Amino acid sequence: MTTNPLLDATGVVKTYGAVVALRNASLSVLPGEVHALMGANGAGKSTLVKILTGAIRADAGHILIRGEARDVRSPADARRAGLLPVYQEPSLIPDLDVASNLRLTGTPVEPFRAWVRELGIPDLDIRDIARDIPLAVLRVLDLARALAVEPDVLLLDEMTAALPANLAEKVLEVVRRQGDSGRSVIFISHRFVEISALCDRATVLRDGETVGVVDIEPGVEERIVEMMLGARIEKTRVTSRQASQAASPGDSRPRLGVANLRVGTKLNDVSFDLANGEVAGVVALEGQGQDELFAALAGSIRPSGGTIEVDGQPVRFAHPADAIRAGIAYVPGDRTEALTMQRSVRENIALPFSAALRNWGPINMRQEGSRVVSAIERLQIDTRAQREVQRLSGGNQQKVTIARWIAAEAQTVLCFDPTRGIDVGTKQEIYKLLRELADQGKSVLFYTSELEEVQRVCDRVIVIFGGRVVDVFPVELADEPALMRAAYGLPRGAKEDVGILADIHSSPVAKP
Amino acid sequence: MTRLVRRQGWVAGLLVLFVVLLVITRLIQPGYGSGDFGSLVRAVLPYAFAVAAQTIVVIAGGIDLSVGAMMALTSVTAASMMDGASEEYALFVVPFVLAMGLVLGAVNGMLIVVTRVPDIVVTLATLFVLQGAALLVLGAPGGAVAEWLRATIIGTVPIPGLPGISAWIPKALVLLVVCLCIIWIPLKRSKLGLSIYAIGSSELAAFRSGVPVARTKIIAYALSGLFGAMGGLALTMSTGIGAPIPGPYLLASVAAVVLGGVALGGGKGGLLGPIVAVFVLRLVRTDLTLLAIDPNVTAIIEGAIMVAVVMFGAFITMRGRQ
Amino acid sequence: MSISAIQPVPFGRRLKRFMADRPLIPLIILLVMLVVILQVLRPGIVNERWLANTVKFAIPLAILAGCQTMTMLTGGIDLSVGTVATMSAFIMATQVVNHDPAVAILIALVPAVLIGLVNGIGVGVFRVHPLIMTLGTSLIGTGCLQVYQRTVIASGAKIPPFLAWLGTGLTYGVPNALLLFVPIAVLIVFTLNRTGFGRLLYAVGDNEGAARLSGVRYWQVITALYVISSVLAGITGLLYIGLIKAPSLSLAEPLVLPSVAAAVIGGTSIFGGRGGYTGTIIGALILTVLTTLLTILQMPEGARRILFGLIVLFVTAAYLRIIEDR
Repeated sequence: MTTNPLLDATGVVKTYGAVVALRNASLSVLPGEVHALMGANGAGKSTLVKILTGAIRADAGHILIRGEARDVRSPADARRAGLLPVYQEPSLIPDLDVASNLRLTGTPVEPFRAWVRELGIPDLDIRDIARDIPLAVLRVLDLARALAVEPDVLLLDEMTAALPANLAEKVLEVVRRQGDSGRSVIFISHRFVEISALCDRATVLRDGETVGVVDIEPGVEERIVEMMLGARIEKTRVTSRQASQAASPGDSRPRLGVANLRVGTKLNDVSFDLANGEVAGVVALEGQGQDELFAALAGSIRPSGGTIEVDGQPVRFAHPADAIRAGIAYVPGDRTEALTMQRSVRENIALPFSAALRNWGPINMRQEGSRVVSAIERLQIDTRAQREVQRLSGGNQQKVTIARWIAAEAQTVLCFDPTRGIDVGTKQEIYKLLRELADQGKSVLFYTSELEEVQRVCDRVIVIFGGRVVDVFPVELADEPALMRAAYGLPRGAKEDVGILADIHSSPVAKP
Repeated sequence: MTRLVRRQGWVAGLLVLFVVLLVITRLIQPGYGSGDFGSLVRAVLPYAFAVAAQTIVVIAGGIDLSVGAMMALTSVTAASMMDGASEEYALFVVPFVLAMGLVLGAVNGMLIVVTRVPDIVVTLATLFVLQGAALLVLGAPGGAVAEWLRATIIGTVPIPGLPGISAWIPKALVLLVVCLCIIWIPLKRSKLGLSIYAIGSSELAAFRSGVPVARTKIIAYALSGLFGAMGGLALTMSTGIGAPIPGPYLLASVAAVVLGGVALGGGKGGLLGPIVAVFVLRLVRTDLTLLAIDPNVTAIIEGAIMVAVVMFGAFITMRGRQ
Repeated sequence: MSISAIQPVPFGRRLKRFMADRPLIPLIILLVMLVVILQVLRPGIVNERWLANTVKFAIPLAILAGCQTMTMLTGGIDLSVGTVATMSAFIMATQVVNHDPAVAILIALVPAVLIGLVNGIGVGVFRVHPLIMTLGTSLIGTGCLQVYQRTVIASGAKIPPFLAWLGTGLTYGVPNALLLFVPIAVLIVFTLNRTGFGRLLYAVGDNEGAARLSGVRYWQVITALYVISSVLAGITGLLYIGLIKAPSLSLAEPLVLPSVAAAVIGGTSIFGGRGGYTGTIIGALILTVLTTLLTILQMPEGARRILFGLIVLFVTAAYLRIIEDR
């Protein structure tokens, strides 16, 4: 490494209150290289990207661009420094036409047109309003807009997600040529196939820290998976539980039956069953359609196709109230979505009781009190700050969101990443609780971004990638490396010695 | 493309509606002529400026509840300054009042940016404050206006050789078009104008595109204040006095903005649609009056139309969001 | 979520938290201070008669401020209360000429229910901003009232003696209006704290999404709320006409702005989810005393409006800081 890096970030720290998003991240990009930035969910990739592009400011750390310290305070600063991002959600102004969007960012039109043609869209009318352009094309336009100003460092966040195969191919080709012409690209992707075909090196983040920089060569994906998981591989093998307690197969009808469920372009043709007394895990990388799956089952959004059956009866949910009546409770991943933060623990737990019109009258405070207290005791919620839920710790807040549905005696609980950002002790309690619920014959659908939880809690694992169910694991096989591979769309059979790099084209990775 | 067509189609449809209403007016009252049209335009003038003030803020993704109060304050300020003063003094009054509107509007914007209180609450508070200030300036309707100012909106623009056409071009209309165009056209063509649409359409995307969001918002409110001041002046010019209690300009402006195809939520639409819409709304009122309907009933019908339009607009916005 | 565990809580933060927890104490201190200032400026003014008078004028304001409190808890506002109160007062005063007072009162409350229903549907179903919606219906209501006035111009108006007794009368120096106000206040406080409906008002205003996930149907809550708010405003009109004794078409209009200010001062957040009625009652008292004070200082009406506007803005910004600090 004799050449000086184009971009050199070291010791980057970012905290949000007590939550540490980045503790010591570094990233060094050489001229002419395509550099992959990798990490599991919540490792801090997106925070690092936001800092590099001026969207937020770091608490500490140095960022050198071409050896000079630059203080990037805003996206405009980053642009001037030659650093251009293409975000996952396109940043074209939806109500302006393409030409105005170019003018707004000071992008020259002719190079833009040239890039658009290059990227495989021959017939763009730049007078089209951005909102009317399909998402895939919009992402390509965003890329073309960035390329047109010839940035030194191009930052691509999941660039090929949601792109049809032909466009994705063109994009990858263009990105590769960027490297050849001496410019650098930071490439964030969940797809090993692309990374191996495209990138020179990869920086791996774990828990807000850079844990390694590797050269991309055949067989390296196993090392990357190991780095992303860290020391946890060894640990979890010990704690894996058997699915012996799983639901008795005698149950004829599943509690919840999902068949061919579709939601827009995000979720395609998902089918699975959930039995009584079962905890089924859902594993997926960010944005693979799991959000839509849970929202559709909870009645928050209407699916565009497929059927949902509860106890064998087909149901249609127009409002979460319909799902609740069918005994399906939804615990969202973001606690701020579920709680009325300025209200007390008691009111939050009792909220579903008052929802129906017939319960609008005077509240039987004693009866409500006893139900709430038993739920609080069962979950061991620390009620010292119970006057306002927002003063509770994150873990206790999460318990309140679950306690609500235990008090309401919901038959099916949809838990979306309930242990995100809470302390270890509380996590253990939540695992125990979910198992208890299953033992009482209730069914739980449990999405988690922390793979080690799967073997602690679940009876079965459904892996979703690109809006489809790509695999269903029995819990015995669901160790972390296997899940990680599956979540990245790697086939279950692929062994370390072969590696997918040897045989890109035969890999059954679902390209949408 | 379709959206472009649809939006222009909406404005075109409004224009057609306006012409149809004119024809209906002629049918109701065969004697309806250029003089009546002139008084219609004079009546529309303050409303049109109120609508312009509201439009620019709504496009930027906000709402300005203080439009009516701003007009009242600028109106009474102008009227009381010109009361008993010389004709030439008005040459100073007009730019002073316009500058006042600009500054007060900017204060609105700054309060929103600095306090981070939602725009609807901030402008509600400034509505109270400006109303109070108007009452302090002039406790009851009064004041005066320079004669030459009055003259700028009375009568028609003579076009030599074409008396037939010139009779249908009242000075008030010319004044309105000039005032709006002088600000709107350069704005629409500038990067600032684009930025205003951008922050209204998506603040996040605008921020990522390097738009200075706070500054743009303040400028949008300042321009809104400027239009409000023009409305206040127009009010004084057409009535000859200043009135500290504003008319129903706020609701009318919101209704016209919605009817004019500017989505409450921002980023969409232009100035022409709302202006045509305000003409339509006023002409409906004229027609109701000509039909010898009790003016109070007219007020009810007018109010009901405005509320229905706003409800319709909110419904469309809600649909769009889903 | 906060770093307060690491470092000692600074005084400013503690003060904020105290204000957020016990908003009543600083309010009462403020009220007492205002009364003291009044007494200093006009020695001897604070006596039994003044006290009864202040309470009498504070009551209609407090009930209207109750409408604002409940709507503001859901993140809304009801600007049509002034028009509704005026309408019911005027209609009652004119109908009572030909009808039994009880019938007249029932007739008078019909438009209140209608306007509340329209408000509720507009806000709850069509999702119009409450400010715009209630402003619109108040405009329509005023128009309707003007039309109505034409039809009854010949018959004249009168005020039933028992309303005058209720509005202005004193029993052993205590205003009779308390006979109406105390039950209403108790009912509002009970509704907010001890009924399912009250819980939902807080929940919807605090986090509409969370309420939805708990199975709450927004439009039902909002429609019921605005109808209740309108009916309360109508009742206030009946009381207020007994106090003012002169039916006019802008009877209760001047109370609208103070009613919003009273609720905001009383600690109800205009963003929803936080507040209560007891604070509002004290807020109404504060504003009534403040108005007396401003009158004594010969402050014009304009200055009063400016002051109220600044209070709303300042208090809202301050509450925002308190919430954000968490």
